[in-house]
Amino acid sequence: MNNETIKDLDKINNELSEAQSDEPSDQYLTFFMAGEEFGVDILAVQEIRGWEPITAIPNSPSQVLGFTNLRGTIAPIIDLRHCFGVEAVSYGSSSVVIIMSVQTEKNEKIMGIAVDAVSDVYNFSKSNIQPSPELSQTKQAQYVKGLGSTDEKMVILLELTEQLIVDTDVVSERHLSRG
Amino acid sequence: MSVDLSQFHQVFFEESYEGLDVMESALLNIDLSEIDDETINEIFRAAHSIKGGSGTFGFQEIAGFTHVVETLLDLIRSDQFEMKADHVDLFLKSVDCIRTMINQLESGTPCDMEVADELKAIFTVLLDGENATSNDSNEADLIADANAQDSQSGVEGWQIYFKPELDILRTGNDPVRMFRELSELGELSVIAVTDEIPSITDIDPEACYMAWNLTLYGSATQEQVNEVFEWVVDDSELVVTPLILQAEVLEGTQENPAIEDASDENEIISVDDESDEMAASDAVDVKSSVVKKVVAKKEAKTENVSIRVGTDKIDDLINMVGELVITQSMLSELGKEFSIEKLPKLMEGLEQMSMHTRELQENVMRIRMLPISFAFSRFPRLVHDMSKNLNKKVELVLLGEQTELDKTVMERIGDPLVHLVRNSLDHGLELPEQRLAAGKDEMGKITLNAFHQGGNIIIQIIDDGAGLNKERIRSKAIENGLVSASDNLSDDQINDLIFLPGFSTAEAVTDISGRGVGMDVVRRNIQELNGSVEVESKEGEGSVFTIRLPLTLAILDGQLISVGEQVYIFPLVSIVESIQTHDQMIHRVSGGCDVLRLRNEYIPIVKLWDVFNVKPKHETVEDGLLVIVEGDNIKIAVLVDDLLGQQQVVIKSIRENYRPVHGVSGATILGDGTVSLILDISGLIKLAGVGRDTYKKISDANDNEAA
Repeated sequence: MNNETIKDLDKINNELSEAQSDEPSDQYLTFFMAGEEFGVDILAVQEIRGWEPITAIPNSPSQVLGFTNLRGTIAPIIDLRHCFGVEAVSYGSSSVVIIMSVQTEKNEKIMGIAVDAVSDVYNFSKSNIQPSPELSQTKQAQYVKGLGSTDEKMVILLELTEQLIVDTDVVSERHLSRG
Repeated sequence: MSVDLSQFHQVFFEESYEGLDVMESALLNIDLSEIDDETINEIFRAAHSIKGGSGTFGFQEIAGFTHVVETLLDLIRSDQFEMKADHVDLFLKSVDCIRTMINQLESGTPCDMEVADELKAIFTVLLDGENATSNDSNEADLIADANAQDSQSGVEGWQIYFKPELDILRTGNDPVRMFRELSELGELSVIAVTDEIPSITDIDPEACYMAWNLTLYGSATQEQVNEVFEWVVDDSELVVTPLILQAEVLEGTQENPAIEDASDENEIISVDDESDEMAASDAVDVKSSVVKKVVAKKEAKTENVSIRVGTDKIDDLINMVGELVITQSMLSELGKEFSIEKLPKLMEGLEQMSMHTRELQENVMRIRMLPISFAFSRFPRLVHDMSKNLNKKVELVLLGEQTELDKTVMERIGDPLVHLVRNSLDHGLELPEQRLAAGKDEMGKITLNAFHQGGNIIIQIIDDGAGLNKERIRSKAIENGLVSASDNLSDDQINDLIFLPGFSTAEAVTDISGRGVGMDVVRRNIQELNGSVEVESKEGEGSVFTIRLPLTLAILDGQLISVGEQVYIFPLVSIVESIQTHDQMIHRVSGGCDVLRLRNEYIPIVKLWDVFNVKPKHETVEDGLLVIVEGDNIKIAVLVDDLLGQQQVVIKSIRENYRPVHGVSGATILGDGTVSLILDISGLIKLAGVGRDTYKKISDANDNEAA
């Protein structure tokens, strides 16, 4: 990662903390993945990091890339491309990881999502968010909260859940539990 | 006093639990034929502290109940009441009751007073019965109490006589502030009694010679009034009498002074009792412990979990940090003007540094260590109660109570231990008649033993009961389909069956002397702590359950291995040996499983790259290395690419942010900052499908070979 990107990251991190101190309603951090712009609730975002080598997890669901060391805490990194069926790329120094806290039934889990680039912070009021009917039948739909529109463009808003680390491949799960 | 007392609640709860533990163990130690004063005093002091604390914090339910307990204890203490076995049980029940109440307070639920009221009634009966023969002061006490209760409804206020001791101002208590507080409860009139003030030449300016007659009008309760004087009541003369409605006063002018006199006298007497106690030999203890408590309360953090550490351990730590600082400054000195000639010195310094760091680490770990007596302490009570229920005579022997164990392990080993002890008591030991018939001592014996062995702590539960009935275990296991009738099982293997999940059905409990109730749960709990449990048994002579636990959960000695790009860690304790193999040693048994023949033993081979789905450098057994590891009494040979170094690793949870991974018990961070996974041997065995079936097949092959 060159100095330029580090500077950019710093800037975004600063903006992040500024934004978080403001009125918490409906602010979204957006990022790019395969040319599309996605958004996540800014309050769930903990930090944005550059790419670091990760450790593969044996027999993990295919969307889980592996573990990374988050200052002494072990956190899984999720390949969002896989979750959305976008063609895979090999991640590298240009990739960015957004560290998020994901609410689960009992507690919060810290995990990272690998994305191409972080974009901007937008405000969306409730009226600007529409459900996305054409996705509702697919497995990707579970992560999509709706579509947010600004004056010039449209952002896919995500609601990340524990499903990210659950094995969607039922067969292999059964195989494991039998063993 | 506008201090927020709730910040001290946690400390009070913890101290009360400790006090209750003290009471409990002292009660169990009482030898009824010869009651030791010191034991009774100990119980009394604990009860007194709980009462005082609960009063201070406004937990009137506990204070009220503990008060009656304390009153009876006081009578026993002063030899006015004879203690019998029933009473010990009554006190034990009270301890339970107080514990429940504190529990409820801690969780913020209102106290369930049902049990307390029942017990209180029993105490009252005992105390009443005693009153007929005991001295007047107690009688007066009860009457006064009753009066206070009766008149509570008609109270319009309180008449208070307050005469503090001379020293009151020196102890930081200011009567004026107390009066101000009283005045918040209602309209207050204060009349100072100045009779005892000496002439100006004799006066000590710092002493308080005054007394006061206070009249408080309003609906304040006696508790509220007492609370104001909470801190000074022990050293002062305090008489609180209810102010009766005007009409009644008119009617009963004759009676009233009498009542007042009686209660007056009584209060003074009981205050005197207190000061007697102070004067007695044990008084110093009480007083100093009160002082200590106050200090501790100020220092205590509001954290929910605390740990008590001996000062010697802290001193050690400070010493070590000192050493570390010295070495560090030496190194930085060296670094200022470094030349190549100083290299040996640098190496030496670095070595020292690493030595100090290691020592420091070990000692920091020791802080988390507690003597296992914390876990053992509940058993005397448990055995006492259970043996009574079961009509068995049991002697409990505790050995190695000072053996230290990590706090986390301690907390999680409690339940399995209780389970095992209960099992031994219930199903291991026979009834007295049966024991006599078998030619044994009527009194059964259960021994809890703890000791260190290598990097492990071993806890044994030994009973001299009937032992495991192997035939019945076997037939039950066959019935449940856990083994087949044709299986040739060794004694150990049969005993081990009781830990299998399928074995613990309700039927098995009644059919086979009950052994195996939830034993699989016991084993699972212990395995979660990276430990193991085994049983040895001789029919007719008893059983020994052996629990083996790692000393700490936080750190592990690991062997780093590599498979392809990945680095994994084996717990060093589970490694038997590592070997390089050749063709002749590898056999293929039916079912597609390769086995390694090593010194006439057949060991299934598990290819780590295969079960973990990673790309290895060497796919075949011949090119790689085999690490033979043992878990769950099963040995497997794990194929890896290479052995790397050995090092201590700090265990990190992967469940915290992820979920359990089969074959992996945790993760750690290596020196270069990357994450490495710690392998879980029993998980690996399951993952590779080397179940009992395979193992059996192999041991069959083993037998054939031998034959």
